Amino acid sequence: MSFPWAKHYEPTTEVGKWIDSRLPLPRLIYDSVGAGYPVPKNLNYFYNFGVLAGVALVVQIITGIILAMHYTPNVGLAFNSVEHIMRDVNSGWMLRYMHAVGASFFFIVVYLHIFRGLYYGSYKPPREVLWLLGMVIYLLMMATGFMGYVLVWGQMSFWGATVITNLFSAIPVVGEAIHTWLLGGFSPDNATLNRFFSLHYLLPFVIFGVVILHVWALHIPGSNNPTGVDIKGPQDTVPFHPYYTAKDFFGLGVYFTLFAIVVFYLPNALGEPDNYIAANPLSTPAHIVPEWYYWPFYAILRAFTVNFLWVPAKLWGVLAMFSAILLLFFLPWLDKSPVRSNNYRPLSKLFFWVFVVDCLILGLCGGKPAAEPWLRISQFAAAYYFAHFLIILPIISRIERPLPLPKSISEAVLTNAGHSVEAARAAVAAVPQPAA
Amino acid sequence: MATDQAHVPAAGELTESGERRRDFIYIATGAFAAVGAATVAWPLINQMNPSADVLALASIDVDLAAVQPGQAIKISWRGLPVFARNLTQAEQDAANKVPVASLRDPQTLAERTKEGHTNWLITLGVCTHLGCVPLGAGEGETKGDFGGYFCPCHGSQYDTAARIRSGPAPKNLEVPQYAFKSPTSVTIG
Repeated sequence: MSFPWAKHYEPTTEVGKWIDSRLPLPRLIYDSVGAGYPVPKNLNYFYNFGVLAGVALVVQIITGIILAMHYTPNVGLAFNSVEHIMRDVNSGWMLRYMHAVGASFFFIVVYLHIFRGLYYGSYKPPREVLWLLGMVIYLLMMATGFMGYVLVWGQMSFWGATVITNLFSAIPVVGEAIHTWLLGGFSPDNATLNRFFSLHYLLPFVIFGVVILHVWALHIPGSNNPTGVDIKGPQDTVPFHPYYTAKDFFGLGVYFTLFAIVVFYLPNALGEPDNYIAANPLSTPAHIVPEWYYWPFYAILRAFTVNFLWVPAKLWGVLAMFSAILLLFFLPWLDKSPVRSNNYRPLSKLFFWVFVVDCLILGLCGGKPAAEPWLRISQFAAAYYFAHFLIILPIISRIERPLPLPKSISEAVLTNAGHSVEAARAAVAAVPQPAA
Repeated sequence: MATDQAHVPAAGELTESGERRRDFIYIATGAFAAVGAATVAWPLINQMNPSADVLALASIDVDLAAVQPGQAIKISWRGLPVFARNLTQAEQDAANKVPVASLRDPQTLAERTKEGHTNWLITLGVCTHLGCVPLGAGEGETKGDFGGYFCPCHGSQYDTAARIRSGPAPKNLEVPQYAFKSPTSVTIG
């Protein structure tokens, strides 16, 4: 957002002036991440995860393009070509683990990013489009992650592909036709692997395109902040560079340290051992589970075990799983409270944490075998998941009495720092206001 | 354009409802563009449907001579597993004792086998829920609570006639097209 107090780009060199009058790319960068983009000064570390997600995407694209130089998308060769990467290609073991662990880290970062948005009300006006684009990115990520996992052509790859493509066969009338079309046959085979490779290469660039729109949509209203209070003047903001570039680079250092520890010391901790067995179309592993980042939705899918209301259990599960994600698209219109941040919403804050626990329980159930007590628990947890969005949030936003909001971001910052409210107001008043 | 807008249509140029004859040209152009786009889009979609080599589904002959009562074999057909089970008398009796009306997908054992070969239960080894291979055909695998098959993916259980008895699967294990060539040899497909 171009606040009136945002610094303006002034090319200093002759080359800079020449470029600026023809294609003002440096100006775009200056206004996007430079001093030309003022940002609330009270952002905490939860606001690092957007940048981290962007970096995770770039890591996946770079390692992915490299892996595709050595990988063969053919059922006879795929599994062995991955082992060829692991054993023969220079540093191939590291690049393969970076890509595999990188997918897990991408999802960790994005989940924290999403829950940050949920807590601080970052989906509320005027940031609905920002939220919707983020949800589109999330859906694309899940599709990309799924197809990438299939490429290894291990047991989990094959049976994951079988189960996920079969979800579409639950659709009445056209389901079987869609299922056959996705597979290019009657079961996952070479045609399936081959097209998944092509699409796994394509989708990250689609994600990249939507990320550009996502960042653009962020820059129109500007960042939300932990108070949820709008920016009132220059005393509430600092320029993105160097203040947040420095903070983001610090977060990135921590992130890469953790990433390196997992890649080098625990590369298989987040994976399934069964995917080190080559795909066998005649035998399903006794305990098949998807990757951990799909577990909550997988738990919802299989929570439906009986037919009711003339709809078979299979279709109920599929509908529930997809609507669990689609529901998030409607969040800005389900939570009508004008107060953004849960810091000032005691009731909403309580139910936010109940919801977090519910999601963790769903994730736990999704990773366990489809047996009791996990099925029963996931049925209750799935019911609560939907109740949270469809019943609890709309009611809370009507009946809740929020705490008094700070008058401005500056007041909140200075009060938190141990000053009295009066001292904070005096300090804010001392800062010259911009001419109206 | 300016002259066009200034042009006042003569009475004969307008239809009764007040449209110009020229408006039809816009509709016709748009319609042709839509048909053209659909014509190009269809091959882009249809290329992902099964190709000729996948559609050229050969039928296969299977020799069942070595399969003893109580045993089952897995056969690969169309990339899918097929179970051929030689039912024991006890398994046939257990299947016939179940009240058919109580089943989710009501079928008798006789409807699922061939006349004169009721001991041979030949089904796809594909769970009708989401396509996993149920356990129970291999030596020592669990057969579930109903003595037939148990799918490990989401816990569907099938009885000795491979009919769905509990869990999320909607249908019995599918019986493919097959015919006996001799008492111990079948052609599947």
